[in-house]
Amino acid sequence: MTALYNEPSPLETRILSRRFGLENSASLDTYLATDGFKAFLKAREMTPEQIIEEVKVSALRGRGGAGFPTGLKWSFVPRSSPKPKYIIVNADESEPGTCKDRLLMEYDPHQLIEGILIASLAVDAHAGYIYIRGEYRYLIESMNRAIGEAYSRGYLGKNIAGTGWNFDLHTHSGAGAYECGEETALLDSIEGKRGIPRMKPPFPAVAGAWACPTLLNNVETFSAVPFIIREGGKAFADLGTPKNGGTRLVCISGHVNKPGVYELPLGYPMLKAIYEVAGGIPGGRKLKAVVPGGSSCPILKAEECDIPMDYDTLAKAGSMLGSGGMVVMDETTDMARVALRIMRFYAHESCGWCIPCREGTTWLRKILTRMVEGNGRREDVALLGELSKNMLGRTFCALGDAAAMPTISIVEKFAEDFDKYIVPEAVLV
Amino acid sequence: MTFSPALEERFAQMLRAYPEGRQRSAVVPMLIYAQDEVGSITPELIEEVARRCGVDPLQVDEVVGYYSMLHRRPMGKYHVQVCTNISCMLVGGEQLYEHARKTLGIGHKEVTPDGRFSLEEVECMGACSWAPAVQINYDFHHFVTPEKLDQLIDSLRKAQ
Repeated sequence: MTALYNEPSPLETRILSRRFGLENSASLDTYLATDGFKAFLKAREMTPEQIIEEVKVSALRGRGGAGFPTGLKWSFVPRSSPKPKYIIVNADESEPGTCKDRLLMEYDPHQLIEGILIASLAVDAHAGYIYIRGEYRYLIESMNRAIGEAYSRGYLGKNIAGTGWNFDLHTHSGAGAYECGEETALLDSIEGKRGIPRMKPPFPAVAGAWACPTLLNNVETFSAVPFIIREGGKAFADLGTPKNGGTRLVCISGHVNKPGVYELPLGYPMLKAIYEVAGGIPGGRKLKAVVPGGSSCPILKAEECDIPMDYDTLAKAGSMLGSGGMVVMDETTDMARVALRIMRFYAHESCGWCIPCREGTTWLRKILTRMVEGNGRREDVALLGELSKNMLGRTFCALGDAAAMPTISIVEKFAEDFDKYIVPEAVLV
Repeated sequence: MTFSPALEERFAQMLRAYPEGRQRSAVVPMLIYAQDEVGSITPELIEEVARRCGVDPLQVDEVVGYYSMLHRRPMGKYHVQVCTNISCMLVGGEQLYEHARKTLGIGHKEVTPDGRFSLEEVECMGACSWAPAVQINYDFHHFVTPEKLDQLIDSLRKAQ
């Protein structure tokens, strides 16, 4: 058995992760012995419209963070365009709290390749690129090996599996930039430039890589496609809740006894994930807060966590399901320090293109640093909230919002955590 | 400039991977792989990558400052990267980084006088569920304690 990073849980529903832990799970032989490429052959007999319809029926939503319905996104690519169409896989996994795409590429690269191939049939693309963050060098190498194996056995390249379909697939290395996980910044990056977000519209579906129609999805999104085509969109949809189809890899970290990546159906109760799947909080301490889907999501207080984890319920709770990075914080956590650490991250990662984000994150970091260093002023808490709110919706991409939203939620829900840092007679230093 | 045969082969593949006339796309991957061999992003390397990708050296130079893994000065032979982002912070990442500073006697992006080690406090590296995490060059280390970090550094000190 290939060593796993954490023990699986019996409470999981293992669809995308079904091969994790199998002997040589990354090899093409293992893949072929476990239903591999059946879905591609089935999709080859379907029309593009039928493939897209099946994905729509599955209620699969983008696993990178935004949760946009995948079938709808695929339908936006103009198949009849005379330009070449491209597929780009976002494997820039950088959202703090998120570590799942790593596993899908390491343990089951051919599932990803098959998902990409099915997407290529749906949008009439003949070339694709997997944009992998530079830190994941070992995955670039292992993905290249899997791609090489697929080429040598006729599952990539010309006349794939004898069906007459042609498709070329390559990896592309990033070099350290959170911003490049944003789809339009990723496109600039793959064109050899600084990763700066683009104005939308035009959306990447119409003018993406090299100004050609481009389908861009997360690793986990593509990895779900073979199951959807093989077993039917309804089978996937039925695993989750209405409009929230299937399972997803939930990355649980922070103050839990058994942190790990677990595949759970959409709509899984959040408290059950914390207390049963992840083994509860060490020392029997009380839950204080949860980041439900990566550090960009507004933080939930313990009493807000008795909810099912699906996109719509999280939205109703004022947060997001995001990228599946769930960070659990116990009663000992100092939320002022959490706010500072999150803001240090966004200030570091802001690409600097939009002033509200570049200046906003920098000033929020400066104010939070000054407070935590013992020079907080009474009016600082209100200032943090006001500054953050002024960033919302005023930038090209979502990074400005991603920095502002958790800050607003912390200031509003945990104002008491800032009290100890406020010195009434503090002077500006 | 010439590179090792393996890297030359990789560069040839990279240039073939992108559509005709779009070889600028190879700039970032070429820089990061070349840096591993050359040691840092030197002015000569920038000229070379620009020539191979058919762009102006300035177009290469301007991306170097953007990507956090590209360095204009050489880092140590072993580049120790400690994550202190939220998931790591909650389980001791900041203490681990402080410990690394003391053990190595250097700070953020500094290099030991013998050039063997460098240290960097890094942002999320995608190992949140196995935190705290450290990356030494490209190797991940999970559930790292100060003692485990000392052992890792010791074994690298002894290695040639």
